Amino acid sequence: MSDISESAGHKANPLRWLVVAIPYLWLLVFFLAPFFIVFKISLSQVAIAMPPYVPAFDLAAGISRFFADLKELTFSNYLWLTEDALYWKSYLSSVGIALVSTLILLAIGFPVAYGMARSPKAWRPTLLMLVILPFWTSFLIRVYAWIGILKKEGLLNQFLLWVGAINEPLTIINTNTAVYIGIVYSYLPFMILPLYASLEKLDETLLEAASDLGCPPTKAFWLITFPLALPGVIAGSFLCFIPIVGEFVIPDLLGGSETMMIGKTLWSEFFNNRDWPVSSAVAVLLLLILVVPIVVFQNSQMKAMEAGK
Amino acid sequence: MGQKTLGPVRRSFAPWLDPQAKPLIRFENVTKRFGDFVAVDDLSIDIYEREFFALLGPSGCGKTTLLRMLAGFETPTEGRILLDGKDVSRVPPYRRPVNMMFQSYALFPHMSVEANIAFGLKQDGMPKADIAARVEEMLKLVKLEQFAKRRPHQLSGGQRQRVALARSLAKRPRVLLLDEPLGALDKKLREATQFELTDLQQELGMTFVIVTHDQEEAMTVADRIAVMDHGKMVQVATPSEIYEQPASRYVADFIGDINMIEGRIEASGEGRTRFRSEALGLTADVLDATPIGVGETSWLAIRPEKVSVSHEPPADTSVNAVEGEVWDIGYLGDVSIYHVRLAGGKTIKATRANVTRLIERPITWDDKVWLSWSPDAALVLAA
Ligand SMILES: Nc1ncnc2c1ncn2[C@@H]1O[C@H](COP(=O)(O)OP(=O)(O)O)[C@@H](O)[C@H]1O
Ligand SMILES: [Mg+2]
Repeated sequence: MSDISESAGHKANPLRWLVVAIPYLWLLVFFLAPFFIVFKISLSQVAIAMPPYVPAFDLAAGISRFFADLKELTFSNYLWLTEDALYWKSYLSSVGIALVSTLILLAIGFPVAYGMARSPKAWRPTLLMLVILPFWTSFLIRVYAWIGILKKEGLLNQFLLWVGAINEPLTIINTNTAVYIGIVYSYLPFMILPLYASLEKLDETLLEAASDLGCPPTKAFWLITFPLALPGVIAGSFLCFIPIVGEFVIPDLLGGSETMMIGKTLWSEFFNNRDWPVSSAVAVLLLLILVVPIVVFQNSQMKAMEAGK
Repeated sequence: MGQKTLGPVRRSFAPWLDPQAKPLIRFENVTKRFGDFVAVDDLSIDIYEREFFALLGPSGCGKTTLLRMLAGFETPTEGRILLDGKDVSRVPPYRRPVNMMFQSYALFPHMSVEANIAFGLKQDGMPKADIAARVEEMLKLVKLEQFAKRRPHQLSGGQRQRVALARSLAKRPRVLLLDEPLGALDKKLREATQFELTDLQQELGMTFVIVTHDQEEAMTVADRIAVMDHGKMVQVATPSEIYEQPASRYVADFIGDINMIEGRIEASGEGRTRFRSEALGLTADVLDATPIGVGETSWLAIRPEKVSVSHEPPADTSVNAVEGEVWDIGYLGDVSIYHVRLAGGKTIKATRANVTRLIERPITWDDKVWLSWSPDAALVLAA
């Protein structure tokens, strides 16, 4: 007994260090190193070459060449980003779309998660399964399917014409509306799952206690249910907001020329203009913008964990 | 059942004996079904103002369901519940002048102790200053002044229990409902809290209805106890009546320890009954008029502490006596329980207080002994 606990608790145990080191190693190899490369490219200049930027840092050219290259790196691309309104407008528009989508997701996700958490215990695994079910089809295929639904002669317009709700087919595809529909559809499970997790834990006798003390049900929702579901609301909102800001596939496939999202700008900079340095700078800035909500999110998670203890 | 005076009752408070008294709470033929299952079965009781009323019964007999109907969380399937003479069966919980202390305490985890206690007062739209004063008063009442700012998870079980109590008392409800309020506490704390509860109830002059499966708890705190069995009310009486005059074998068995001997009524009349058990060769006189007819099967019920054990037969021939052999002795510290085997094979329990510290017992294993009890110590039960 004692030797087991000793080996497990011993600070110098190499296995223990390995366990701690793995996530850091992972982060180093798959996040920090690529980020560093991207950052370096963002400081380079576009060139008609292979790769399409200078300096290339060819180590075979010798160490003195390396230092000469180092001097060529500049922040001029970042300056360029601040000068061209297109970029900051895209950033702003992305954050705006992500914010509005997150609110819509919350408005739809909360009642769904609440209903699931209050449904008979025997149904809950099935309902949970249904929420996850869309993941069994490729995300890309599902977004393509929305084109079929939303386009002029698509299913939605056919249905509305048939019902008689409209006389003219609606233009939805290639508008921001289509982007919102696509985003809300795609991210809904990421909103529902954390909300469900926190609502399911909610002790129903707390609501009875509130009612007993003279609090009608709607008020009890705001005084008891919502505050206790807040960790889920925060988790779900960040889980949706952060990736939506950088979303590319949905605005590209469903959006139109009016849709400005940084992911799309980044893509066209990279593939249409072949300007790797500028697109790298866009990516680095996007990351910096997202660091703020990620840090806020982590802080709130820590607080929730402390409060739950 | 013949009402017998049982000496001075704990308090001279007995509105249930007054035919003029109006009950504060009245259950009128209340039935509650969950699907096919009958949780509460055609039950009627009256509970009076300022009474400390206990619902006692084994787990699953419908006590909580009864309390929840009174609080408004369940509606009766049949029958009515009257509060102050008004039918409240369909009034939602948040409009009833009744507060409940939950078995799990149900404290709001995201609010401080203070905010928990203030919650009900805020719902009533009480002015802020009054709320603060009342919260302070409540904290003082349950001795938690220095814990006002803590969250429930930072408190011990006993402290949480007191916060729950303070929260349910804060609104000064007409009736306080307590569902196994002390179930989660250890024995010592539970006993201390029982006395605190009775003091509190007297001090505040409120009506308390408590649910418990612990007969000692019910006897300690309550003015009257309702014993329940499978959703039915089997006896409603004061603790001493329940103990000394149980209405049925079920009640007698549920409350305390009792010897039960099967036999027949041999004769009855003039407030006396003669009981005979052929199997044990026992004839006993009981100072109790029984409605059971002569020759009918019945049970002689006698509490172990009312049976004396001796080597010699009692000199007084009016005392009931039977011979047996000491089979086993259970030493409980304060008392010893003698298990005495009678000729017919039946074992009778008799307790003796251990009044000295003698290790050597005057009566010990395998001794031939006489069990005796006076005619007013036992009673005859029909079923
Ligand atoms: N909401 C409900 N649905 C179905 N059965 C219930 C419900 N509430 C209680 N019961 C049943 O009613 C019976 C009495 O329950 P309860 O009043 O909680 O008993 P007690 O408090 O005396 O232990 C139990 O058998 C329980 O299973
Ligand atoms: Mg119960």
